[in-house]
Amino acid sequence: MNRKSLLSPAIVVVAALLAGCSSGGGTSNSGGPVTITYGIWAGTQTPAMQEIADAFTKENPNITVKIQERPYPEFWSTLQTGAAGGTAPDAFWMLAQQIRPYAVGGQLLDISDAVKNQNVDLANYPRAVLDLYDQGDGKLYGLPKDVDTNAVWYNKALFDKAGVAYPAANWTWADFRETAKKLTDPAAGTWGVAAPLDYQSGYYNSIFQAGGQVISDDGKTSVIDSPEAQAGIKFWTDLQADKSSPTLQQLSDTEAETMFEQGKVAMYVSGAYWALKLYQNKTIQAKVDVAPLPTGVKKATVTSGIENVGYAGTKHPEETKKFLLFASGEQAANIQAKSGAVLPAYKGTEKAWMNAMPEFKNLQTFIDALAYSVPLPVQGNAAEWQGLQAKYLTAAWDGKASVADAAAQYADAIDKVLAENG
Amino acid sequence: MIAPAFIGLAALYLWPFLATFIKSFRRVPVFGPGEFNGVDNYEKLLSDADFWSALGNSARYTAIVLLGIPLAIVFAALIQQVSRGRAIYRVLFFLPVVTLPVAVGMVWRFILNGDFGLLNYVLSLVGLPGEYWVADDRFAVYAFAVVGIWMGLGVNLIILGAGLQNIPTELYEASSLDGANRVRQFFSITLPLLSPSIFFVTILTTISALQMFDLVFIMLGSINNTALSGSKTIVYLFYEAAFVQFKQGYAAAIAIVLLVIIMIVTAIQFRLQKKWVVYD
Repeated sequence: MNRKSLLSPAIVVVAALLAGCSSGGGTSNSGGPVTITYGIWAGTQTPAMQEIADAFTKENPNITVKIQERPYPEFWSTLQTGAAGGTAPDAFWMLAQQIRPYAVGGQLLDISDAVKNQNVDLANYPRAVLDLYDQGDGKLYGLPKDVDTNAVWYNKALFDKAGVAYPAANWTWADFRETAKKLTDPAAGTWGVAAPLDYQSGYYNSIFQAGGQVISDDGKTSVIDSPEAQAGIKFWTDLQADKSSPTLQQLSDTEAETMFEQGKVAMYVSGAYWALKLYQNKTIQAKVDVAPLPTGVKKATVTSGIENVGYAGTKHPEETKKFLLFASGEQAANIQAKSGAVLPAYKGTEKAWMNAMPEFKNLQTFIDALAYSVPLPVQGNAAEWQGLQAKYLTAAWDGKASVADAAAQYADAIDKVLAENG
Repeated sequence: MIAPAFIGLAALYLWPFLATFIKSFRRVPVFGPGEFNGVDNYEKLLSDADFWSALGNSARYTAIVLLGIPLAIVFAALIQQVSRGRAIYRVLFFLPVVTLPVAVGMVWRFILNGDFGLLNYVLSLVGLPGEYWVADDRFAVYAFAVVGIWMGLGVNLIILGAGLQNIPTELYEASSLDGANRVRQFFSITLPLLSPSIFFVTILTTISALQMFDLVFIMLGSINNTALSGSKTIVYLFYEAAFVQFKQGYAAAIAIVLLVIIMIVTAIQFRLQKKWVVYD
C-alpha cells in the first residue's frame, strides 16, 4: 500500500471528529425538529428543570430541551472550555460573579430583541438582580430564574435544650452574639452558630449592616478595610473568639450546612436555597425554623439570583431565546415554586414556593428581606477576588491577625485584580 | 504506515502543545486570542510567592510518593512467593487504581476528618491526639501523599510483578546451591535484575506525582479550606489561573514551566540510571 491511500482515510476520520465536536445536531432552519441543551449545576433542582423543559416542549413540539447537569466547580471549567471550543450548552445558568468575562468575551446571546418582541415586562423581576447582570453595554443577556436573600436558619430543639428564647424579628448584633454564646455547649459538642469564611451568606451581609461596602461606588477600588466594613468582619471574628462556632478547620472538614443538619450548630446564616434540603431531611424538619438576620447599624442582606442565559455560538439562536424567556417566565417560575427547590424570581410566585413546604411557617422572612436587600458586590472579575478571601482573611477568623491588618491586605489584593481587569 | 498515528498525535498533542506555548507569551484575559506580552507571564510567575510554595508542595508530595516504590518492591516480592491465590492479591491491590480518584478522595476525606474521622478514632484508642489532617497545611500535603501511594501501589505491583516473573528461576536454584539465603538472593539477584522495572516505575511515578491535581482538589473540598493556601500543587495553581481567574496566558506559562521541570527531572533520572540499572 502506498502512503496516500492510508493518509486519506485518516484525514476523513480526523475531519469527522472535528466536525463532530462542533455540530450541535440538526439545522438552524425553523420548522424541523430541534434539540437544544440546557446546562445547570444543582442536583436538587434537576427534577424541576426537567419539568420546565417538558412543559416547553409541550408548547413547542418541534423543540426538545436536553438537561446537562454537572457538579458545581466542574460546571464552570466545562463551560469555559465549551464556550471557547464551540461546544457550550445552548442555554445555561449564570451567576452574577461569573458573567463578566463571558459578556466581555462575546460568548453570550443578546436576547433584548426577543424580550421586546414578546413584550416581557421586566418589572416582574427584582430590580437588584437585573442590575447585577447589567454590563452597561446596552445588551440583555438573560432573565432572572430565582432570587436569594439571607436569614438565620435555627434549630428549635437546641434552643429549647439551652432554655434560650427563639430569635425576635428585631434582634440586634448584640442579641445574636449573646444567643450564640448561650447555645454553645462544649460538653455536648454543640455550638451556637456556624461562623465560616463565607461572603454571600456571611460577612458581606454584616458589612452592609454596619453601613460599610465591599467595593467603592465607582467600582474601581475595594473599601473592605473601611472602619464600617471592619466592624462587619468583626461580627464574625467575635463569634470565633467567643468559641461560639466551630473553628475554620472544623468547618473545612465538615461544611457548616452539614453541621447544621447534624444538629451540631444551632444557628446557620444562609439563603432560601437550603429550604428544600432541610425540609426533605425528616430527622431535622420539625426542629427547623428561620429568623431574619440581626440588625447592625441598619438592616441589610445581600441578594443575588441565577439567570438563564444563552450561548452566542448556538446553532439555534431563535429557539434558544424562546426557551430562555419561557424558563424565566411565569409558568416555569410556578413549576420551580411548587417543587420548593428555590425561590423563583418572577413576581407573584413566592406564595406557591412557601406552600410547597407548609411545615416551614416563616419562609416569608426571605421575601420580606427583599425590601432591605442590597445587590451582591460583583465588580470586575469577581470570581477571582472573591476566591482570594481565604488567603487573606483566614488569619483574622483564627485570631492570628487583627481584622484591620487582614482587611487592609485583602483590600490591596482586590484593588490589584480590579485594576488588571479594568 | 505510521501516518494515521502521526495525524492523531499532531491533532491531539502537538497542536494543543503549540497553542499552549504560544498562549504563554500572551495576555489572554477572557475569550479570544489576547495580545502578545513577551515574557511577562513568566516574569510574574517567577516572582509569585504562590508559585514557589506550590512548587515546594509538589516536590514534597513527589518525594513521599516515591517512597511507595520500595514498598511496592517488597509487596511484589512477597506476592511472588505466594503459590496460590496470587491473582486475588493483585486484584485487591489494583482496586484503588480502577476506582475514580473522586471517590477515593471522598472516602479519605471521611477517614481523615478531624472530628469524626476513623484515623483520629483509632489514634484516640492508643491515646494519641488527633489532627485536622486535610484542613491543616502542616499535614495536608503528607495526607495527600499517603493516599497517592495507596492509589499508585496497584500499577507499580503489576509492572514489578511482571519484572519478577522474567527473572530465571535457575538463578535462585544455583545460588541456593552456593549457600545464599533468601535475603542475599533478594539483594544479589532480585534487585539488580528488577532494576529496569524499578527505573520505569520511578519515571512514571515521578511524572504523575508532579502532575497531581484531582485527588488534591477533592480532598481539599472547598476553596475556603484552611489548608488550601499552604498545600496547593502546581497543577492546582494552573487550575486556579485558568478556570477561576480566567488568566489563560498565565496558566499556559505555568503549564510550560511544569513541562520543563518534568523534562529536567526525567533527564536527570536517565543520566543516573547508568549508575544503578542493570541491563544484561
